[in-house]
Amino acid sequence: MASQAVTQTRLTLRDLSKKADRLTPGHRMCPGCAAPIVVKQVLLAIDEPVVVSCATGCLEVATTIFPQTAWAVPFIHSAFENSASTIAGVEAAYRSLVRQGKLEERNIRFVAFGGDGGTYDIGLQALSGAMERGHRILYVCYDNEAYMNTGIQRSSATPLGAHTTTSPAGKVIPGKRGRRKDLTAIMAAHDIPYVAQASPHNWRDLMQKVRKAVAVDGPSFINVLASCNRGWRHEMSDTLEIQRLAVETCFWPLYEVENGEWRITYKPKEKLPITEFLKVQGRFRHLFRPENEHLIQELQEEVDRRWQRLLWLAGESK
Amino acid sequence: MSEFKALDGNQAVAEAMRQINPDVVAAYPITPQTETVQVFSEFVADGLVDTEFVTVESEHSAMSACVGAAAAGARVMTATSSAGLAFMWEVTYIAASLRLPIVMMVANRALSAPINIHCDHSDSMGARDNGWIQLFSENPQEAYDNMIQAVRIAEHPDLLVPVMVMQDGFITSHAMERVEVYDDDAVKDFIGTYKPRYSLLDVDNPKTFGPLDFYDYYFEHKRQQVEALNHAKEAILEVAADFNRRFNRNYGLFEAYRLDDAELGIVVLSSTAGTTKVVVDELRAKGVKAGLLKPRVFRPFPAEELVQALSHLRAIAVLDRSVAFGSMHNAGPLFLELLAAFYAFGDGKRIPIANYVFGLGGRDITPAQIESVYMDLQRIAALGGVRQLVTYLGVRE
Repeated sequence: MASQAVTQTRLTLRDLSKKADRLTPGHRMCPGCAAPIVVKQVLLAIDEPVVVSCATGCLEVATTIFPQTAWAVPFIHSAFENSASTIAGVEAAYRSLVRQGKLEERNIRFVAFGGDGGTYDIGLQALSGAMERGHRILYVCYDNEAYMNTGIQRSSATPLGAHTTTSPAGKVIPGKRGRRKDLTAIMAAHDIPYVAQASPHNWRDLMQKVRKAVAVDGPSFINVLASCNRGWRHEMSDTLEIQRLAVETCFWPLYEVENGEWRITYKPKEKLPITEFLKVQGRFRHLFRPENEHLIQELQEEVDRRWQRLLWLAGESK
Repeated sequence: MSEFKALDGNQAVAEAMRQINPDVVAAYPITPQTETVQVFSEFVADGLVDTEFVTVESEHSAMSACVGAAAAGARVMTATSSAGLAFMWEVTYIAASLRLPIVMMVANRALSAPINIHCDHSDSMGARDNGWIQLFSENPQEAYDNMIQAVRIAEHPDLLVPVMVMQDGFITSHAMERVEVYDDDAVKDFIGTYKPRYSLLDVDNPKTFGPLDFYDYYFEHKRQQVEALNHAKEAILEVAADFNRRFNRNYGLFEAYRLDDAELGIVVLSSTAGTTKVVVDELRAKGVKAGLLKPRVFRPFPAEELVQALSHLRAIAVLDRSVAFGSMHNAGPLFLELLAAFYAFGDGKRIPIANYVFGLGGRDITPAQIESVYMDLQRIAALGGVRQLVTYLGVRE
């Protein structure tokens, strides 16, 4: 499919502020929720027409309460586990109709959104299949590290020790057992053209990644950390600061994997201890009790090990 | 010009799909439907169709991709069997509720456990209340004809309802028969072009598909779905009339075989109706007034029409190839629907109706067993009542 050159909006606040929102105000996402910030940034980064699919979850239920919709672009929600296969069908239809001359080529970009529940867990199979088949789609996971829509239940993205309503910090069991799944690495293992990890506090980094993702002629995946203040237990106004701490502690490194080449896109000047990220969130409060401090150490070791591996993958260490 | 070909049911369906030339097919192989997907893959590989073929990783994704593609305004088809239909169950409900005119062939196969790859109707009966139109086929010719008509039915402006076309797994899907394949252009002309009312690809007029309804709107949307199905019988007959005229066939809501002057009637779906016709002929030769009714349309259930066609009989046996577990006497779904239809529309006439469950997991049903059912009906007619509501035909007990 021939791609026409599109003059791209410069990624400056001055230029971006002139663009119309594609996720419009008036939606019912909670104040301080990172997900709509992520969606706005993703869609602002794309100048071409966009079709969006969304997994069941906070983002979907709070933006499409009939008879209203917050979406200024074509949008489809089908089920919880099939955001990837649904957008794959839309993209297949587009390719078919354009190829047959039944539809004009408009350089439409196809973007699927899902939370960590719909992406790491119940939707992983559909996501893996869609990526392997090579559809030209961008899948964006807004990872708030638990099933927030149903009331903060643990997912495979929930960090070790975090309190959720199905991994409560109890007298015997101190929160979530086991480590987080490294989904970004799993997606990189699909050997697709573009995979990245991002955070909305660093909006330019996120938007540049989206630009790269939709420019590749194939599947792309971006995993975006997206705080839920209801689940993480912090002030509504602290969202982006806490996301910054996730990156400064290397809990959530910002990197990309472009055609198999790993590159760290932001490196903290001084890697902060993980406690800087943990101590500002109620979900980790119990970890600071003396009997649970070994979990903080385990978390620190996990962060260090993963960071070292990332440095090695990016060719920055031996 | 049409031509006669030796095709099994799966090949006949693939042939229909080639002629329909859908924009998108998303399918996952499962026995006994696999051959349809394989043959269609060859059509794609050889450039005989314009279809974008999405080789999904599961049936759940097959129906999900069909939903996405249909919402994008494409003409969309798929096929499955058994566990595959069970796995996509959630999304079949969504497809119907989003009013997407998807056409799906189901080669009927038993559900696990124990795992069994052979024919019964528990798969499609498990999806009977999901909002799809269900057409059952006796043989490869009917499977082929039903696929072609299904496109027009699904896309009928009064409907926009997905259609499932059933054929018996292995018995029909793998049985080679003489099939009249119509001229490509004649099929193309019959199905016409599809103009979607709304499309995700209409980026200048963005629409939200699949929003959240609370208790203030959900009920009305379901009511609209019911209203579409209320028009289905009429639309199916309208499409059939045009099909019959063009291709010299005789499709309706059901087929009646030597039923007009019959006293004893069997009601049965799909391939077993073919066996029953042979038995009817043999019994007629012996002076027994046997007849047959083979429903083609199970959803929506043509209650009044079936009652009217059967109400002159002295006794009726309904043969079910599945069990509605836990229903009244663990009867079969076809029987339960027909019994209810007689209560509602039978003008108080109490015709004895018995249920026979047969052929689960592909167990053969023989002409002798069908004859034994007619013999039972003679006794039931003489007694004027049914002693045993549900009988299991051909099971070791």
